[in-house]
Amino acid sequence: MSKLSIREAINQVLHEEMARDDRVVVMGEDVANRDNGGVYGITAGLAEKFGELRVIDTPITESAIIGAAGGAALTGLRPVAELMFIDFLGVCLDQLMNQIAKFRYMFGGGATTPVTIRTMIGAGAGTGPQHSAILYPMLVAIPGIKVVAPSNAYDAKGLLAQAIRDDDPVVFCEHKAIYTEECEVPDEPFTIPFGQARTVCEGTDVTVVAFSRMVLLAEQAATQLAAEGISVEVIDPRTLSPLDDEAILASLQKTGRLVVVDESNPYCSMASEVSSIVVDRGFDYLDAPIRKVTAPHTPVPASPVLELEYVPSVADVEAAIREVVAY
Amino acid sequence: MIYSTEMLYQAYRSMKLIREFEERMREEYQRGKLPGFIHMYRNQEAIAVGACMHLGDEDYIASTHRGHGHCIAKGCDIEDMLLELACKQDGICKGKGGSMHIADMSKGMLGANAIVGGGPPIAAGAALTARTLGNGRVSMAFIGDGASDQGTVAEALNLASVLQLPMIFMYENNHFAEFTRNPKPDGRIAERAGAYGMPAVTLDGTDFFAVYEAVADAVQRGRQGRGPSAIEAIASRYYGHFEGDAQQYRDSTELESSRITSDPIPKFLADSRCSDLETARIEQIDAEILASLDAGVERALAAADPLPEQLYSDVYVNYRGESA
Ligand SMILES: Cc1ncc(C[n+]2csc(CCOP(=O)(O)OP(=O)(O)O)c2C)c(N)n1
Ligand SMILES: [Mg+2]
Repeated sequence: MSKLSIREAINQVLHEEMARDDRVVVMGEDVANRDNGGVYGITAGLAEKFGELRVIDTPITESAIIGAAGGAALTGLRPVAELMFIDFLGVCLDQLMNQIAKFRYMFGGGATTPVTIRTMIGAGAGTGPQHSAILYPMLVAIPGIKVVAPSNAYDAKGLLAQAIRDDDPVVFCEHKAIYTEECEVPDEPFTIPFGQARTVCEGTDVTVVAFSRMVLLAEQAATQLAAEGISVEVIDPRTLSPLDDEAILASLQKTGRLVVVDESNPYCSMASEVSSIVVDRGFDYLDAPIRKVTAPHTPVPASPVLELEYVPSVADVEAAIREVVAY
Repeated sequence: MIYSTEMLYQAYRSMKLIREFEERMREEYQRGKLPGFIHMYRNQEAIAVGACMHLGDEDYIASTHRGHGHCIAKGCDIEDMLLELACKQDGICKGKGGSMHIADMSKGMLGANAIVGGGPPIAAGAALTARTLGNGRVSMAFIGDGASDQGTVAEALNLASVLQLPMIFMYENNHFAEFTRNPKPDGRIAERAGAYGMPAVTLDGTDFFAVYEAVADAVQRGRQGRGPSAIEAIASRYYGHFEGDAQQYRDSTELESSRITSDPIPKFLADSRCSDLETARIEQIDAEILASLDAGVERALAAADPLPEQLYSDVYVNYRGESA
């Protein structure tokens, strides 16, 4: 075991998987850059080690990056393409939504597209309206794509290895405001199966389902409320598609109360999705209304003051928990 | 081409204002006074100024993430810009846009842009408005060498050509996209644009007069309804991609020499066409600029932040965003 940040864990997996399988290639803007390894240094060292045939700096051309990664996956490579910020989905969506996601189905099961798209998500780093979105609910809505969003370095390592070895297209969402979060991570390669939630902490009064960076907030809220005698169970689904709805329902059956914390905009969010699953299949377990804690229905503002107002806070999570517990 | 002395002073003033504005922004950024990313335009000033001097408030530009120079050259108010860079309530975009999204519709400034290649289709749309209304206006997109590879740029070139839009594709080739050197030889970008069926020239973007004269032709063409043009202006990037990038990936000797040889301002002053400019007047302009920046920065930093409830306004014209 070693203490690694999420950034380091991702860098380590890329090294490990490239060494393990020479069909794995890394491509994107600035990924081969010798000094930096991209804006946040995630791909540092790969180009030196694996060479320019397998670590490919591309022009700024997201449609072609994502489309070519898909085409290469369709024909035998296992590309890890970088879509620098998930906001740039806007530039390349056709290749992902109409092409990559549908190959297998449209071709009657006759194709596999083992492409991984790594992308940065989230507000809180002062990156403004066009570099701070969450957007993963849009992808979760598309059949044929798997969507992953780790909240710690251990999960980042196991889930990224799984993504790269997985035979389906996977979008791997990295929250830029938690890259430096550290935890103990096994030194050897391992995978975490998709569709298995992690119980972050056990509790009996209320279930909090949280995604990506919001897991950290939920954990803090749980710790603080424990002091007040409120026992909070925090569930991190880790993969958004497939979603471990059984784990959510099982926890709810125990606690009878649910708060969902999701940094997405509120409509058609993961928070609404989880709520709808629960109302559909766990209505009888509910002792109180579900509370959703999300960002508001606005873009992410540049102003730090407004950004603070935008992003859900620990206080928001605590307030929601108190509300359902008091119901 | 004939240049009046007043016009030359104006060109100087504009370039110098961009330069000093940005130097001041760097200082404030380093002192932690400005949030987000800021991208310096240094040594590319002659491009924005040489181009925008042909445009009025009624003409349009679409800018990039490296947009301060374009804003200033197009006439955006310095104090409003300072307020926006500091993300204040009275900023040009009420603090919601910041450096990478400054826009001023009253000046035909359709926005800096944090999406590389986001601007050209928008500029094509503005050119479409001008063509449809027959009002003789033109539209200009600023495009980096990196952005020139983007599909949106190719599509805008094609649309502008097919529809013969009054549009200028103003490429700024500073040889870098973030930390990666542009592998294309100088002139390739213009060549590509030319392949869409429009006049396309390559020139020294640190030479104000070269830019000014090429844009004069392109703008005239647009105003006369003769379609789009492209210009590739070469001007090496002086600072890192964004503030805080130390450019370790660049050869330091080459960088140092290019910093000096490609400074457009001394080059401008040394040009024979500027021989009538008086040192005293230049010094006076410099002093005025510094004084206006001092006052503006002080006011901007002391200004009020947006109120939390302003997060929810302006999502729509008439449908209030859900408040938390
Ligand atoms: C669609 C999109 N892809 C990638 C980026 C990240 N990015 C920001 S600036 C930049 C380089 C742009 O280079 P260039 O167009 O030459 O402009 P310059 O920075 O040199 O002015 C990149 C890749 C982005 N903002 N938008
Ligand atoms: Mg460039």
